[in-house]
Amino acid sequence: MTSLLSRAEGATDRATWIAAARNRLQQLLAFASLIVIFTFFSFANSAFPTYSNVINILFSTVVIGTLALGTTFVIITGGIDLSIGTGMALCAVMSGVFIVDAGLPVIIGVPLAILFGGLIGLVNGLNVAVLKLPPFIATLAMMLVAQGLALVISNSTPIYFTDNPGYIKISTGELIPALNIPNAVLVLVAAAVIAGFLLSKTLLGRYTYSIGSNEAATALSGIDVRRWKIVIYTLAGLFTGLAGVMISARLGSAQPATGMGYELQAIAAVVIGGTSLAGGKGSIIGTVIGALIISVLNNGLQIMSIPQEWQNVILGLVILVAVYADMVRKKEA
Amino acid sequence: MNDANGYLLEVEGVRKAFPGVLALDDMHINLRYGEVLALVGENGAGKSTLMKLLSGIYVPDAGSFRLQGQPFTPENPKHALESGISIIHQEFNLMPHLTVAQNIYIGREPRRGLVLSDRELNRRAAELVDRLGLPLDIRATVSDLTVANQQMVEIAKALSYDARVLIMDEPTAALNDAEVRTLHGLIRRFIREDTGVIYISHRMDELKAIAGRITVIRDGRYVGTLDTAKTGMREVITLMVGRTLTSDARPVDVRDGRETVLDVDGLSTKELLRDVSFTLGKGEILGFAGLMGAGRTEVARALVGADKASGGTIRVHGRQVRIHTPAEAAELGIGYLSEDRKQLGLLLEHDVSENITLPSLRERFSRWGLVDRLMARRAAKEVADRLTIKTPSIRQTTKFLSGGNQQKVVIAKWLVKDCDILIFDEPTRGIDVGAKEEIYALLNSLAQQGKAIIMISSELPEVLRMSHRIVVMTEGRVSGILSADEATQESVMHLATLRPNENPEDAAELGLLDLHSTEPKAV
Repeated sequence: MTSLLSRAEGATDRATWIAAARNRLQQLLAFASLIVIFTFFSFANSAFPTYSNVINILFSTVVIGTLALGTTFVIITGGIDLSIGTGMALCAVMSGVFIVDAGLPVIIGVPLAILFGGLIGLVNGLNVAVLKLPPFIATLAMMLVAQGLALVISNSTPIYFTDNPGYIKISTGELIPALNIPNAVLVLVAAAVIAGFLLSKTLLGRYTYSIGSNEAATALSGIDVRRWKIVIYTLAGLFTGLAGVMISARLGSAQPATGMGYELQAIAAVVIGGTSLAGGKGSIIGTVIGALIISVLNNGLQIMSIPQEWQNVILGLVILVAVYADMVRKKEA
Repeated sequence: MNDANGYLLEVEGVRKAFPGVLALDDMHINLRYGEVLALVGENGAGKSTLMKLLSGIYVPDAGSFRLQGQPFTPENPKHALESGISIIHQEFNLMPHLTVAQNIYIGREPRRGLVLSDRELNRRAAELVDRLGLPLDIRATVSDLTVANQQMVEIAKALSYDARVLIMDEPTAALNDAEVRTLHGLIRRFIREDTGVIYISHRMDELKAIAGRITVIRDGRYVGTLDTAKTGMREVITLMVGRTLTSDARPVDVRDGRETVLDVDGLSTKELLRDVSFTLGKGEILGFAGLMGAGRTEVARALVGADKASGGTIRVHGRQVRIHTPAEAAELGIGYLSEDRKQLGLLLEHDVSENITLPSLRERFSRWGLVDRLMARRAAKEVADRLTIKTPSIRQTTKFLSGGNQQKVVIAKWLVKDCDILIFDEPTRGIDVGAKEEIYALLNSLAQQGKAIIMISSELPEVLRMSHRIVVMTEGRVSGILSADEATQESVMHLATLRPNENPEDAAELGLLDLHSTEPKAV
């Protein structure tokens, strides 16, 4: 039996490797684009490729990156989550409510704020999986609800964490002083590792792909699609909560009126990273690269003194090129 | 045998009705231990409803199932699987983005605590595939596999559940002969004293090769069970089509020597169609018959440019044309009336007049991009009256019309557009009997006015009573073209189910040799 087995595996190794490489191509392309863009800016301006600027780029990736990690799961199921931007603002406000208004210690307030994000995701999940609302509509509604609640709860005024230096250190402190890396970057790395583990090594991840690939067949295979969808939207909500903590820690305040627009940047990062909006396909490493491409572009264009308005135009074009390249590749395959 | 009555699976008097349709009534099936039982019936005979009942997706209105002599009430697909009933549906239930191993063990992933063990998963899958002797790479992504290999994945998945009863719905529809032999080998190895297979197929040649008995169903009812060894093909097919014609009407105005309006030669597509050739004359009704998946609709879609053709030439009025989109087809006077009226033929939320004038708005009812609504409505009213569309007003929202009248609206669209070649795909599907007669009368009068008509239909009696000639299709090919004189339920059914050059004996029994040429012998 053993010999039979190893023979079968040996014979198929090469074909498998080629197939796997083809599946990774979009990620390789995204990674190659990242390198090309980075090299371009390095030649264009010598202030770009410095250690401190690279740290800067990583630091500015944290919020979009964290949102994009969670929403990668939702998009792989073939869904979408538009509520993560304003949901993040609401979680930031709740963090302020827990820590500043209620005076809870940071170590309790932060998990509560993250769990609040999970609650937002849970409601999204129930709306999508139980009420069968289209994800676009369910999360569009949640986007408005979250924005409104953030303003109502905070009385439309920012909540400042000035008296909680420990909270601000979550983002700007440096756990390892020698490296000069802000904690926020470490949080993003940890979040990405956890997301990557969940997506590639657990049932949750396997069923995320399975639902996006063929939802009816997944249900026929005896999998409780409804339950898993609820779990997946809740997970995206937890990442939204984490993003809310990270953005308010960085700013030193919870800004209730912000958030709108972040969801589209996060979705852009996911899509640039090769995750298909049609579902079934995508990866965490791709999403991280996608988020980095957006940050590098923003940072590089800024250093080259290109106005903010043009940065958006260029980002838009990058999305078109990235998705079109993916479609062409798929047709050829 | 294993218990008193010796049946592995029994279907006893099962009935299932849907609004407006009695899908199954008093259905009986007895599957013995260790046998392959073939289940045959025309399109719509109730086979897929039966499978959905057995997997617990539907609940029967009456009757019951017995599994190994015990009452069996499937609750959901998982329960059916775990009870030992594995069903391989015609439409694959695979996740194309996952690997072969991941698909086989979906829902039963081996893991250690939270972490999936892909090593164990692949080991089990490799062992299973090895044991079954399947040529599958368990790490390959399913979307990269051929259709035949995807079928193998389905089978491996079904057998991995320790199935006792395996139900296969048209398992060979997409397979070539070598693949069919592999499949039959698998089935023979699966059959033991305590297992059984229900094999749904239309291919008579295969049934002889694999099945011990054949159960025939028709219109949702049990008709009879025959011993394959003692049964001729003629007998099976007679039972299958046994229904008498709804009326004795025959096609009108049948004659030769019509002026050729459309000449299709060697039409092929990448997916299905192979070398489809036929001609269509002025004032002629050309029927297209064949079983589900034979490629009738695909011919129409390739013809009007809705699907991409990979080869062949099309001549309209003797001039060679290239058609890339339905819009170009319409410019040439070819109108396609889709089988899926509601999805593809009508804007249900819009009114009758808007629907009728939609295709011709640009040429006939607009100037400088502005729509002349009054003129459009007047034209719509005129054609609606001519076709006797029953509607309180042409401003009525289309979704409130009956099925027959909706179909007339679709026809009206193409009349206003002045098409002289009309392709009707299932023109009477979902329409009640009275309205059908009206549609038939309308088709006849259109033909008499000189329109050239292609009528695609799954209802054989309808094709027979309307068509001047009948093109019969099998597996993307034209298996024969019958004149109105030659065409009977039997001759059409034989052409649709047989591959005569591969089964000379059956073909000879039926007097149907040489049918791969397009000049068939009379039956």
